[in-house]
Amino acid sequence: MTRRPDQLLQVRNLSKSFVGVKALDQVQLDLKKGEVHAVMGENGAGKSTFMKILMGLLSPDSGEIWLEGDILKNADVNETLKRGISMIHQEMLVVPELTVAQNIFLGREKTNWLPFWLNDAYTNAQAEAILQQMGVNIAPTTLLKHLSVAEMQMVEIAKAISNNAKVIIMDEPTSAISDKEVATLFKIIKDLKQQGVGILYISHKMDEIFQISDTITVLRDGQYIGTKPASDLDQPTLISMMVGREITHLFPEIVPAKGEVVLSVKQLTRQGVFSDITFEVRKGEVLGLAGLMGAGRTEVARAIFGLDRYDSGEIQLNGKTVRVHSPAEAIALGIGYVSEDRKGLGFIPAMTIQDNITLSSLPQHAKAGWVITDSEATVATHMMQNLRIKATGAAQKVSHLSGGNQQKVVIAKVLQAAPDVVILDEPTRGIDIGAKFEIYKLIHDLTAQGIAVVMISSELPEILGLSHRILVLSKGKQTALLSNTEATQDKIMKFAMQ
Amino acid sequence: MNTLLTRSKNLGQYGIFGAFLVICLGLAVVNPQFMTVSNWTIIITQVSINALLAFGVTFVIITGGIDLSLGSIVAVTGVVAASLAHPDTYPVVVPIGVGFLSGVAMGALNGLVITKSKVPPFIVTLGMMTIGRGLALILSKGRPISNLSDSFNFIGGGSVVGIPFPILILVVFFVICTLLLKKTVLGRYIYAVGGNEQAAMASGIRVNKVKMAVYTLCGGLAGLAGILLTARITTGQPNAGAGFELDAIAAAIIGGTSTSGGTGTMMGTLIGALLIGVISNGLDLLNVTSYYQQVVMGAIIIGAVVLDSWNQKK
Repeated sequence: MTRRPDQLLQVRNLSKSFVGVKALDQVQLDLKKGEVHAVMGENGAGKSTFMKILMGLLSPDSGEIWLEGDILKNADVNETLKRGISMIHQEMLVVPELTVAQNIFLGREKTNWLPFWLNDAYTNAQAEAILQQMGVNIAPTTLLKHLSVAEMQMVEIAKAISNNAKVIIMDEPTSAISDKEVATLFKIIKDLKQQGVGILYISHKMDEIFQISDTITVLRDGQYIGTKPASDLDQPTLISMMVGREITHLFPEIVPAKGEVVLSVKQLTRQGVFSDITFEVRKGEVLGLAGLMGAGRTEVARAIFGLDRYDSGEIQLNGKTVRVHSPAEAIALGIGYVSEDRKGLGFIPAMTIQDNITLSSLPQHAKAGWVITDSEATVATHMMQNLRIKATGAAQKVSHLSGGNQQKVVIAKVLQAAPDVVILDEPTRGIDIGAKFEIYKLIHDLTAQGIAVVMISSELPEILGLSHRILVLSKGKQTALLSNTEATQDKIMKFAMQ
Repeated sequence: MNTLLTRSKNLGQYGIFGAFLVICLGLAVVNPQFMTVSNWTIIITQVSINALLAFGVTFVIITGGIDLSLGSIVAVTGVVAASLAHPDTYPVVVPIGVGFLSGVAMGALNGLVITKSKVPPFIVTLGMMTIGRGLALILSKGRPISNLSDSFNFIGGGSVVGIPFPILILVVFFVICTLLLKKTVLGRYIYAVGGNEQAAMASGIRVNKVKMAVYTLCGGLAGLAGILLTARITTGQPNAGAGFELDAIAAAIIGGTSTSGGTGTMMGTLIGALLIGVISNGLDLLNVTSYYQQVVMGAIIIGAVVLDSWNQKK
């Protein structure tokens, strides 16, 4: 291979197998200085394996990585960090009890003339300088646990900068931050570009990819599919490259809902969190809950489901006023909730698919406290087929499944408790396109069965494509209730920022 | 034995089962006395008390908790039972029933404080450990209670069709605990709470009820162990049971129960308890002093967990 010092990073024919399964097969990549290069692919396409190899966390079976014209051979994490490759992990790898400055210089602590005595003044000043240069207003002496997710991300980026990173890998950096914070992040990315830093950007959010990236490389099932300038691609083409087939109708047709009101919420208020939330959902209807992160959508859902208290207001279910104190009561009343926090509230990782699916409805599969395994198995197999859960079998542990399949298990569990109304909170977050499509169809099927659906989503196309009506929240208050015909992305954003 | 091997899905459990067999075979080769029916009868009889405690604490550890008060519960129930078990006073069911219920009550109290106050189980049961010891001393006025009826002492020293009564109790409760954990709604909820407490709660499981249940169960089993011990030594000893909780926790951990919750089996715990018994018996037969036995036992606890974590990584 020819030396190309003008190329920041060159990857040639990179391959990696895990026990016979090819995770990466002859992958190529060229990253120029000052370029934002998106690496796209469904879950399981090999993106994270690829990034782990670049970071020196895994070693490749074959292929070469060149950094600024020098080959990187058998480099471990310390080596790659020293050579200028840094990664901003999706799950922040920060120490909550340490300060911003201590986190930035973690592992590279500066000492005084005594080689074991920390020079805090120096690190604080350095950290402050970097943060200022980034245009971020965080004091270097703040403890990390007091920062928001977006701020932690800024600290991680500051860490990369302090490390003189030439290549920064960003793994789903916008998955947990608000739109405003995304704008700040993008500004910082642009500054980094100007300074000649190359950025490898991983995200599932299409609009974002087209907004920020110069070049797009697509992987599918570990195969290298191709690299194209972002300006030469449009969304459908990119999706078909990723999925390997064309998805023509992403959203199923919306059928008018004329059934009776299932859930009615009146002036629901939780002091300091949300106030005067009023809406109703009919049988077979999808009510979209739109708004920016922090608008109070999840909090409303949690209150309805009994996870949090509410101070005043009323919840009616099938015409009867109810007071919900716990999820157990909510489920018994016919409310189902699929949380946005899949790992935290969704499933039990060490338990099998079958045990997870029946978890909310176990008494139905039991006689006098004795579990009837056959009845469970029938239901689990049925649900796995219906929801197309890909697994080796119902006895597989949920921790071994992909994000999309884990989400389907959670949905199956909620449906198994036979709810009248289902609240779906960011049902497609972190899920690849193929699985998203299936979840959209599933929502459609639910409405066809007469289930009322409340869907919280930060992806406007999803809200617009699936909802009969859209309730917009801003800073804990509802600012608009739009019908499907009148709603547009611009309108929703306008009310969401109000 | 073979079906047991193939059935155990848990690699850690498999590993410890293998280690158990190897150690047994080794001891059998070195000392022909080891593999005799009479020696095994002694081993299992001695193991029975620790096994009962270990079954109880396995429930607790699977939910992600811990119970340090077991040894003190043993002492309290022992003293309570003994004080009601003098000859020609009450029928034998009275000391058994009241002793057992006092264990249940102490366990329930643990559960109540843990679920209502949200203070970590380690601290609550540490407090209960001291309270329990104090109670045992108060109730007995600091003196051993002897002169117990023959029918009461039968529980610890008697045999039915040649099988010592403690072994029968062990087998019965092993079966009950296994079924409870594997086949009932409560058992499933115990795994769920330990596997992800928040998700269990959001799935509609009343987590506090499950926790109440496991600490109460654990206390009840400790009550039985206390009765068994008292009947075996034919005395209610206020100082009995000190350190028993650690042996019970060790048995559960050696058997593959994870202290972070969500995994563990009664079969594993039984093997853990048997392993501890076999090793101390074996070292006795080999005339190794008890000082060295402690060193070996500690190394085995650590070794079992290391083995388990290696297996998990594979």
